[in-house]
Amino acid sequence: MKPDQAARRNFLLQIGGAVGAAWVNAQWPAILDAAQHAHQAINSKAPGKLEVLTAEEARQVEAVCAQIIPSDDLPGAREAGVVYFIDRALKTFSSEDLPTYQKGLVNLNKLTAEKYPGTKSFADASTEQQQVILTELTAEPSEGKLGRRNGPEESTDFFQTIRTHTIFGFLADPSAGGNRDYAGWKVVGRDPAPVFSPPYGYYDKNYPGWAAAKPEAGPK
Amino acid sequence: MNQVKVTYRPSDEVDFVIVGSGAAGGVMAKELSTNGFRVVVLEQGPYLTPNDFSHNEIEVFNQHQLTNNPRLQPNTFRRAPQEKAKVQQSVMYGRCVGGSSVHFTANYWRLHEIDFIERSRVGEIPGANLVDWPITYNDLEPYYTKVEWEVGVSGLAGASPFDPPRSKPYPMPPLPVKGSGVIFERAAWKLGYHPFPAPMAILSQPRAGRDSCVNCGFCLGFGCEVGAKSSSLASMIPLAEATGRCEIRPNSYVHRIETNKNGRVTGVVYFDAKRNEHMQKAKAVVVCANGGETPRLLLLSASSQFPNGLANSSGVVGKYLMPNSAALAYGVFDEPINDYKGFAVSRVMHDFYELDHTKLGFYGGGGLDARFDMTPAAFALFNLPPGTPKWGKGLKQTMRQNFTRTFEIFCHGTSLPVEANSFSLDPDVKDAWGLPALRMTFRDHPNDLKMMEWMADRAIEILDAAGAKTKWRTPVQEQQFAVHLLGTCRMGSDRKSSVINSDHRTHDVRNLFLCDGSSMVTSGRGQPTMTIQALAFRAADRISGLAKRGEISS
Repeated sequence: MKPDQAARRNFLLQIGGAVGAAWVNAQWPAILDAAQHAHQAINSKAPGKLEVLTAEEARQVEAVCAQIIPSDDLPGAREAGVVYFIDRALKTFSSEDLPTYQKGLVNLNKLTAEKYPGTKSFADASTEQQQVILTELTAEPSEGKLGRRNGPEESTDFFQTIRTHTIFGFLADPSAGGNRDYAGWKVVGRDPAPVFSPPYGYYDKNYPGWAAAKPEAGPK
Repeated sequence: MNQVKVTYRPSDEVDFVIVGSGAAGGVMAKELSTNGFRVVVLEQGPYLTPNDFSHNEIEVFNQHQLTNNPRLQPNTFRRAPQEKAKVQQSVMYGRCVGGSSVHFTANYWRLHEIDFIERSRVGEIPGANLVDWPITYNDLEPYYTKVEWEVGVSGLAGASPFDPPRSKPYPMPPLPVKGSGVIFERAAWKLGYHPFPAPMAILSQPRAGRDSCVNCGFCLGFGCEVGAKSSSLASMIPLAEATGRCEIRPNSYVHRIETNKNGRVTGVVYFDAKRNEHMQKAKAVVVCANGGETPRLLLLSASSQFPNGLANSSGVVGKYLMPNSAALAYGVFDEPINDYKGFAVSRVMHDFYELDHTKLGFYGGGGLDARFDMTPAAFALFNLPPGTPKWGKGLKQTMRQNFTRTFEIFCHGTSLPVEANSFSLDPDVKDAWGLPALRMTFRDHPNDLKMMEWMADRAIEILDAAGAKTKWRTPVQEQQFAVHLLGTCRMGSDRKSSVINSDHRTHDVRNLFLCDGSSMVTSGRGQPTMTIQALAFRAADRISGLAKRGEISS
């Protein structure tokens, strides 16, 4: 778990590692280490409008998001509108992460230019080139050149932050401002219906009831 | 209930002030007001209603809609008393009317007989201060039944051969089984264990004007939009208010209990929402603020008369914190389980409730449950198998394949009472009101870590027997985060080694009572809320009796 260390600093170190997924789940606050903007609802702004990121920054951010969760036969981060979720996050509950993004993008474009001279930015690189760059970016600092060159902490911080935001913006309930048209839920197979009735799936479909299922009562 | 809600002025000397409106405070408010007393409940957090609840994870988790906000009320943490504590969120609790019962999972296990008499059964355990409770399971049994019927618990009596005796069946059948429950049950039976339908404080049938569970899937961490989760907010608070004698006063942060020169409590001082200070006068005070905030309030109430903190002549206030131990194992299966639908847990197993410490080399026990309690985003961040790519096609493919096919086995167990494990006031760090922050000192007793290792191995065996395609367990590590805040003002008959007596009256102050997780003497096996509420029903009985006989104020 070494590559994760920097970004986990704000999260796992706060809560002490594997205390249990339920507790971790309940521990969301630390995941994005939210700034206190009491009830400044992230979904209060019209979608499709940038408020914090410049159009150019947003283009770069979206290119990274689209590599984290690519589009294939099903939607990816791009279709889910993750970049707008991130923009609003940076205005509201995650405003303190803005410098991480800004520095991270500068580093990313510098790395792109060094690796692929003539390519203006990460977003302008081919998808294969982008994958090479991200592989290097997410490699352990001691193994790659990046660590010495651009500062391992900043780069990993940036990647872990944007990764967390991307997953969040892809899969959180749309009331939180991401997951446009339930794009993320289509991918993971979560039915957007507000309520459900059992049976829910393959295993509980023909359940005979607890008493009937008990070994001493059954034919087993 | 069109009745006008009663309000009192701070200068009105009410019969009881209750600090906290959670699992214990809600029961206390309902019982004392029903018994004819005038009651004011002071709650730190807001008075939210089901209309305020949503599935918005940003609001709920990042903006702390339902829980303590570490930015406003920081905690500090250290492993051992000689260390300097660092700012780090180490406790989480509900901070709204209804307290943690608003967002909890709602597992409602009774304690068993053994939990009250562990010390006499096992003897001394080095490094721990295990003691018997001054009450037994039989003393508490009628009140467990009261919780099940009045708060609303679904379950099947007699389904677990390990259950302690009960006087009445559950008022409602168990909730429907989930796929995780079916898989877990079949595998457990195969291995000779005794799984059973989980007792849950969630309505399986409409009851007392409340709807039954609609299986929305946003349960743990969220407030229930239909009132099916039997929080104090849904079950007890409305009954308390309907008496016309109980005022619930939200946004009221109590930070001092006042005493007079006779050493009696006269009321409590609190900040309102605008941070103006008031003193609510009362003939008696019942603190139900949770196992962190209750000892903190006693320590904040130190005076020349009570230099070590109120009701702390024993020096035990804040000590013996037991957060319960936990371990997790995950399994991925071939076909869709779709366990994201519905509440979290449908099957439990208590075969390991009392383990034979002479054979295993550690003391304790616990329970296993089969569950799914993740939102999709939390799942993708934390519940993919080790080695899953962090980005790209591999990440997407794994979340796509696994989300509907995964469930987890949660192992819950005992924590031994260790004196150094404690809550105290941080000497340096202050909260946004300028009050000393809650400091947690904690290191798991090695026994508890050994036990969780053993339990997690059993969970993996069950997943094996179930035919899981992929399975893994999280490493058992020392904890530094607690949500079960137990044992920090322990009950006992000896005033030198405990804070309250079996009536929940503090040994030192005649008209001051404490009732919440802090009252517990041992940790139980991991699901404390049921016991906290049974204690509250019993304490309310005892306190009402004392008050009616004139034995509190005299």
